[in-house]
Amino acid sequence: MSLSDIWDVLVLGVVLGSLYAVIAIGYTLVYGVLQLLNFAHSEVFMSGGFGGVIALTLVEPAAGPTGLQSAGYVLLGMGAGAVLGGAVAFGLEKAAYQPLRRRNAPRLVFLLTAIGASFFLYNLAGKLFGRYPMKMPTMYENKKLFEVFGAGVSVTQLIIVLAGVLMLLTVDLVVNRTKLGSGIRAVAQDPEAAALMGVDIDKVVSRTFVLGGLMGGVAGFLFGTNLQVDYTMGFLPGITAFAAAVLGGIGNVRGAMLGGLTLGVVESFTVEIWGDAWRYVGAFAVLVLVLMFRPTGLLGERVGRTA
Amino acid sequence: MSGVPATAARTPLSAAARLRKGKWYEQPRWRRLGALLALAVLMAQVTGEQGVRNDLFHALEQNFKGGGVGVWVGIAVAVWLIREFFDDAVARGVSRLRERAGGPARTVRATSGRLFGRRGYRWGALGALLLVLIVLPLTVTTFWQQVLVDQIGVYVMLAVGLNVVIGWAGMLDLGFIAFFAIGAYSSAYWTGGLPVEPPVELNNFLVIPVAVVTCLVAGVLLGAPTLRLRGDYLAIVTLGFHEIVYLVAKNYAEFTGGTRGANGLDRFSLDLGFWSYDWTLDPVPYYWIQLGFVVVIIVLFLRLEHSRVGRAWTAIREDEVAAAATGVNTVRFKLLAFAIGASTSGVAGVIYASKQAFVNPEQFVVLFSILALSYVVFGGMGSVPGVLVGTAFLVWLPQFLRDRVDPQDRYMYLGALLVIMMIYRPQGLLPSRRRQRELRMAGEGVSGADALGARPGGERG
Repeated sequence: MSLSDIWDVLVLGVVLGSLYAVIAIGYTLVYGVLQLLNFAHSEVFMSGGFGGVIALTLVEPAAGPTGLQSAGYVLLGMGAGAVLGGAVAFGLEKAAYQPLRRRNAPRLVFLLTAIGASFFLYNLAGKLFGRYPMKMPTMYENKKLFEVFGAGVSVTQLIIVLAGVLMLLTVDLVVNRTKLGSGIRAVAQDPEAAALMGVDIDKVVSRTFVLGGLMGGVAGFLFGTNLQVDYTMGFLPGITAFAAAVLGGIGNVRGAMLGGLTLGVVESFTVEIWGDAWRYVGAFAVLVLVLMFRPTGLLGERVGRTA
Repeated sequence: MSGVPATAARTPLSAAARLRKGKWYEQPRWRRLGALLALAVLMAQVTGEQGVRNDLFHALEQNFKGGGVGVWVGIAVAVWLIREFFDDAVARGVSRLRERAGGPARTVRATSGRLFGRRGYRWGALGALLLVLIVLPLTVTTFWQQVLVDQIGVYVMLAVGLNVVIGWAGMLDLGFIAFFAIGAYSSAYWTGGLPVEPPVELNNFLVIPVAVVTCLVAGVLLGAPTLRLRGDYLAIVTLGFHEIVYLVAKNYAEFTGGTRGANGLDRFSLDLGFWSYDWTLDPVPYYWIQLGFVVVIIVLFLRLEHSRVGRAWTAIREDEVAAAATGVNTVRFKLLAFAIGASTSGVAGVIYASKQAFVNPEQFVVLFSILALSYVVFGGMGSVPGVLVGTAFLVWLPQFLRDRVDPQDRYMYLGALLVIMMIYRPQGLLPSRRRQRELRMAGEGVSGADALGARPGGERG
């Protein structure tokens, strides 16, 4: 592997990693407030991809668009992805998790519900939109923009990284600076005390889901632009992003970002060295190793304490 | 925990006014209507058309134009009207129905209590049941014989094993089929079916103990690092493990035969010198092997349930901290349950491979883990009769509905079933009494009902 190859792989890794980081935030936020491993988040991600496809198919992008048009299409796709992702996350919380929370159900019941919901959602998407991979309509000419140490960066890659960084900064601000953020941190630290202090737990939980859903939806759209949209597209990126959340310290927002980037880079090097068939093995290996040697992750756990 | 904004404390008058008025859509009555309408639109999509290639909106258009949505919305509005305005009448009707149905139900319960309650009768009844099960495959068509062996038999075995992990020890194992795959590939390897030659070729019956040991070791290797941590990590790690096993089976072609797998494997054969028998294409003899194993496994597991080990599992499930404090080695017992489940799955895999006479990676996708899981949950976690009945029923149902419902939608309905069961009847179809009590107590905040630590949104462990 020559030096420029390494940079090539690194660029790919950072692009993937910023997507994983954005998805991982959804896992980590929900884990923070509910201590729940939300398996269905991968389906929130998938619905973001479908949201983008639906919106762009409706609009029918012009052939050979101007720069302004292209930007409009991309923003539209991201918006549609975010809306559908947020809506699915909201509906999921209201329909599946809230009744369980009201009843004070044990954790196993939550996990099983999450699995069931995940299965229901992705099979429903497959049924409604066909069980075939589909391409995102062309929004711009995906040419090479510039080079980093000999590694080319395409338009799609630049968009993904920029959007990812922007979303990560926004979430960091929301969690640390806003009222909703202090609600999230309070519930993550101690839900009972938070309730006694006048935090409306139902609202905080539901908005946390929506926040994670918005991010997951946009990530789904970006992922779909990069590759393709497919009803099963959520599963493997979802697990990898979860591994990223654990790697960074589950419940810790900045940890999820770090974990996502790390796993993205690990994955692209795995593919480069061992071939595409082993793509996801690297992430699992990292997950198991982290659990063995540093179960609290790189940056430690919990929203309330560290972020 | 009120919905009043923080500024309300400073201006009590306006807050009181806001409380009294409220927005119309925040009234419970209209909220319920909204929820029902959303459910109706969802149901229309669930029961509607299949999507087609190259026409993204085909199914949606059909569902909305074809009147599917209209019907469901009508049903939703009707349900809402009845619930809002004729609630009393419905309640009266239900209680009257209950009284009327109570008589026969009591008779049935009393009879079954008398049958299974006394020791002599119980053995008699169980013996009769076993006899029926032995003769059963001879009375049905070949198609149903295949279903009995390939699906019901296999999944009953898997479900009984999974029940130990999820029902008794209270852990979530999503990689159950990975061990099934390991069992099947062990069978292929040791009978000389894979591209790699084994050191000695074994008879399939001898492969079974080997597969059990292999799966035990794999289970311990996987469980040991994860089970020391929070229990819910086990779910994701097993899921990842499953994916790795699948990828290895698919991509490591020099050993596993890759995507095409291995064909023409040895089937079961028995040579006792004076008498020999070879299992062939006929499914019925495999059924008897499965039945034999299931009976043995169930007897062993039931003995285990009421032994020291079983009590340790119960203690861990109900309160892990208290169990550890009273001297139960929680990690060891959790690991034991996990490994027992894994090896049961391995046995099922050997039998399956031998019956099919071929293995390939597509027989071991993650879907099947979820299938086994939903069977256990549907029947009732922790209750062996429940698991048996639940599995048999849920395997039989899609076969029965084959011509009426699109088979591709099966997993969607199973997912929905899992969610609905968890919300309305988490204890399952035929719950074990202990489990039911635990779930109720957990609801009152007294104890846990699984080995996963603190509960979501509740106190920390």
